[in-house]
Amino acid sequence: MTTDLPKEKLVEMYQKMLQIRGFEEKLFELYSQNLVPGTIHLYAGEEAVAVGVCSSLRKEDYITSTHRGHGHCIAKGADLKRTMAEILGKKTGYCKGKGGSMHIADFSIGMLGATAVVGAGLPIAVGAGLSVKLRKTDQIVACFFGEGASNQGTFHESLNMASIWKLPVVFVCENNLYAMGTRQSIAMNIENIADRAVAYGIPGVSVDGNDVLAVYETACKASERARGGEGPTLIECKTYRHRGHSRVDPARYRPKDEVAEWLSKDPIKRFRDKLLRFGVVEGEIQAVEKEVSLQIEEAVRFAMESPYPQPEEALEDVYA
Amino acid sequence: MRKITYRDALREALIEEMHRDASVFLLGEDIGKYWGGAFKVTDGLAQEFGEERVRDTPISESAIVGTAVGAAITGMRPVAEIMFGDLTALAMDQIANQAAKIRYMFGAQAKCPMVVRTPFGAGVNIASHHSQSLEAWFMHVPGLYVAVPSTPFDAKGLLKTAIRGDNPVLLCEHKLLYPLEGEVPQDDYTVPFGVADVKREGSDVTVVAVLFMVHKALNAAKELEKDGAISVEVVDPRTLTPLDRRGIIKSVKKTGRIVIVTEDCRTAGVSAEIAAVVAEEALDYLDAPVKRVAEPDTPIPFSPPLEKYVIPDEKSIIKAVKEVV
Repeated sequence: MTTDLPKEKLVEMYQKMLQIRGFEEKLFELYSQNLVPGTIHLYAGEEAVAVGVCSSLRKEDYITSTHRGHGHCIAKGADLKRTMAEILGKKTGYCKGKGGSMHIADFSIGMLGATAVVGAGLPIAVGAGLSVKLRKTDQIVACFFGEGASNQGTFHESLNMASIWKLPVVFVCENNLYAMGTRQSIAMNIENIADRAVAYGIPGVSVDGNDVLAVYETACKASERARGGEGPTLIECKTYRHRGHSRVDPARYRPKDEVAEWLSKDPIKRFRDKLLRFGVVEGEIQAVEKEVSLQIEEAVRFAMESPYPQPEEALEDVYA
Repeated sequence: MRKITYRDALREALIEEMHRDASVFLLGEDIGKYWGGAFKVTDGLAQEFGEERVRDTPISESAIVGTAVGAAITGMRPVAEIMFGDLTALAMDQIANQAAKIRYMFGAQAKCPMVVRTPFGAGVNIASHHSQSLEAWFMHVPGLYVAVPSTPFDAKGLLKTAIRGDNPVLLCEHKLLYPLEGEVPQDDYTVPFGVADVKREGSDVTVVAVLFMVHKALNAAKELEKDGAISVEVVDPRTLTPLDRRGIIKSVKKTGRIVIVTEDCRTAGVSAEIAAVVAEEALDYLDAPVKRVAEPDTPIPFSPPLEKYVIPDEKSIIKAVKEVV
């Protein structure tokens, strides 16, 4: 395996993946200490998808996200401190504590927000794509969703609409095999979500979602196609979440050997090995790892020290 | 002053706003050059502005509204048409959970300036899936404005306010109102949200009515003045969210009596909210109990005598007024 990517880009991608993993593992720890209100849906294990896709985007490009959205935010360039603060319900969070884990947005980097209604982000991504077309900019939109969302009506409506209007949208299906506890085979009669693209006359590609470079290359092709005015692509990234659906879920519905097999395909471990083979030296990798762990600590400190919003702020921002 | 129809008033608002602001565009089923909208509101607009800005869509209500949301939060001002109000049910998640909440839940980072236009109302024998009045559903959604124009003047002015504003708006039209004529000035004007309009002054009883019921209330008022010498004040809230509570209370303080006339179902309907406002804020001014005239909690039936039976009419309004005076 070779790559044409410059070393700096590779290291940057590795750093983003580490940030996501570190952030999620830290969050799990905080949750176990009862320091996180509500619930959390962790992205650990799926880092190669968000980082592979977002590395193919420009800052001004848009993404839409899901309830399992921390990884998308971080990959698009969101600030770790404000992300952590939002998840802890603090005033300094991205949404001033109004959104929480399932609704983080950073419009300044094109992160149009996470919706917690499964499949609801797809039409919104189509709208952003239409807006780009009408405003005649060369932005594109990456729309993240899970395989469970591909059973929603909005999936059909959105892919159809994006295809007839040739909108610059890249539909990124994170197929982690389970919609909550429902195994894919129980909910659909096909193995590859990408096959559904045929119904809309658009390209559909299945890719190893634990291989960040494979995801990146596929996303680059789809992004180019979108930017060139040729329309949307459906990318299916086969991946696996390391933990349960949400915090309270021990994921007993997943066979042990299946879990073991996927853990052995850990996208971060695999990419680290590759970096070494590409000539990035061990010391450099360790320096990045150290830096990221400091960034995570700093994010936690910032979030913990930040104040909660005043209760009556609940009444603000309902209308513009 | 010149008179134009409610339909033409809406169309004029769209045309003028599209000329004024390049970010305004329309999308919906059959709104383009082949049909011009099921009720012809957008007739001729695709020819004038092109198919990019007057966009025919597939039959995908959820994606129509969702597309409007995505466009609105990225700098456009979409006006979506849902062919019949009943079909907003298909787009309910995008209206109620996305459009209405996107500003709040993202901490005011986004604004969502979009309009969903849709016709409600019975009276043309098209049965349960094309005749409902569902305005109350949307009053229960913070973050969304609900406008209910009853005249050509209000239709044009409220639609302009909706398009220029920075919030999502559901513009409830009524299918029986489209051919109605009324005075509309040539010059540019808007009608503010949250300001009720006294459609007829009176002193004995306040009748609050919305959409087509405003006209039935006005007819009933004329009759009552003739035979019983009862002076009826007809108040049209014009927007249900925001609701001009003060305007309604002001009239009630003057007359001491209130009859609320709406075409939607009685239970938890528009009339229930208005009754609660009066009970909370003006009970001491009432000389008689609050009276409601509304649809009797049934689906809208097809057969003409059945449909006629469940929709409030002048007779039922007159009866209610006489009961409180």
